[in-house]
Amino acid sequence: MIHKYKFNGTNIVVDVNSGAVHGVDDIAFELLGESQNDEDFKVIALENYQALVDVYGEEKVEEAFEELLMLIDEEMLFSPPPFEDYSPDLDSKPILKSLCLHICHDCNLRCKYCFAGTGAFGGTRSMMSADVGKRAIDMLVKESAHRHNLEVDFFGGEPLMNFEVVKEIVEYARSLEAGANKNFRFTLTTNALALSDDKIDYINKTMNNVVLSIDGRKTTNDNMRMRLDGEGSYDVILPRIKKLVEARDGQNYYVRGTFTRENLDFSNDVLHLADLGFKQVSVEPVVANAESGYDLRNEDLPKLFEEYEKLALEYVKRERNGEGFNFFHFMIDLNAGPCIAKRTSGCGAGHEYAAITPEGDIYPCHQFVGQDDFKIGNVYDGIGNPVIRDSFRGSNITTREECRNCWAKYYCSGGCVANAWQFNADIDKPYSVGCELEKKRVEVALWIKANEID
Amino acid sequence: MKHIKTISKPVLKDTKSIGCGECQASCQSACKTSCTVANQSCEKK
Repeated sequence: MIHKYKFNGTNIVVDVNSGAVHGVDDIAFELLGESQNDEDFKVIALENYQALVDVYGEEKVEEAFEELLMLIDEEMLFSPPPFEDYSPDLDSKPILKSLCLHICHDCNLRCKYCFAGTGAFGGTRSMMSADVGKRAIDMLVKESAHRHNLEVDFFGGEPLMNFEVVKEIVEYARSLEAGANKNFRFTLTTNALALSDDKIDYINKTMNNVVLSIDGRKTTNDNMRMRLDGEGSYDVILPRIKKLVEARDGQNYYVRGTFTRENLDFSNDVLHLADLGFKQVSVEPVVANAESGYDLRNEDLPKLFEEYEKLALEYVKRERNGEGFNFFHFMIDLNAGPCIAKRTSGCGAGHEYAAITPEGDIYPCHQFVGQDDFKIGNVYDGIGNPVIRDSFRGSNITTREECRNCWAKYYCSGGCVANAWQFNADIDKPYSVGCELEKKRVEVALWIKANEID
Repeated sequence: MKHIKTISKPVLKDTKSIGCGECQASCQSACKTSCTVANQSCEKK
């Protein structure tokens, strides 16, 4: 399987199964036509051959044809699948390695698009106790078997509203590391409203990564991210976010925004964050239902594609001028990226990854919290509900028809199962708008890589 | 080659034997919704 496309004067060919990516001239691009395997290619290339000879001359067309044949021989074009069949061993014990701790089901903002129902996830507003947090850490240590690197994300609601418990959990986890041969990596996701100097100091000493929520321009941010008094949050959070980032020397953080139908020109929000001096930026599409009015729809895709393209052109320009920044969705590690098992199995929700509510209930991920049918246990009783767990574990890019036939599957790994469930009531049926955006981002990211090589 | 410039060599086949699971959960990095994995690094490389 291959995918070929043109962007900004560059022809790119992706050999899906090997992960090879090629920049090709117009002759090679046209010779390939719509072929998807080497037999197709020989037929289609011969059909296109004479017309190309008439334009470019026989010598050049012959050369391009031979070069394409060489790539096929070297398994860099129309290569066979990297495995015959992929099916996780459901008889082996699942290994948990990552937890999202809902430290607090309450929030000091009232963001319109909040998937967590402004913090409460459809339930009552509540705080995690230190005991629940410690039992979650115990469970992670126990269920992670021989895994050394474990991740804990302090999430909410807003985790700064229950910060003393965050500290207790960190201290407890660190106390277990040596004896259990584990390495905890902590992340804190915060809206920054309650950041004080003390908290910044603690976070920067303790958290391996910090995710700081801000949507971009003041108008964009304040349209969605409002304080309890109804005022926008931008003017309060921005200086606090800047202070935290400066105090950690700009290392290991993301400013993280969400774009919606109300700011389809989101490239301006990304660039605004870059203009503010942030070097690690992630601005991502909202996932919302049609009733919200700000959900992203099929008819918005052309505009959103245009925005990713505009952003890519500016991104490369800034990089060349020494003013570059990292945009999370344009970062693709072509050489040292994840292995095929990771690319096939995706986020690991429900078996490698789980979310814990303030009450200690366990869900496959933070997006499922509050949906009782997906509850898979409690930190005091352990993980049960093998049916749910196995259904998540058994779902991968080979079990989803849309993914099997998708050229971007090894970059995307199948998308978000929670989104698939929300839109299609089927974790094996991906959310189509998300798929289209993902494919566009990968195309643009590969073009950026091609530019870096030039 | 005159007509083709390879941007990335084949990378997938050589990783069949890894699968150690020590890498970051893709959802934990920043996104929490849109789990691109290709930007993550392998812990063994």
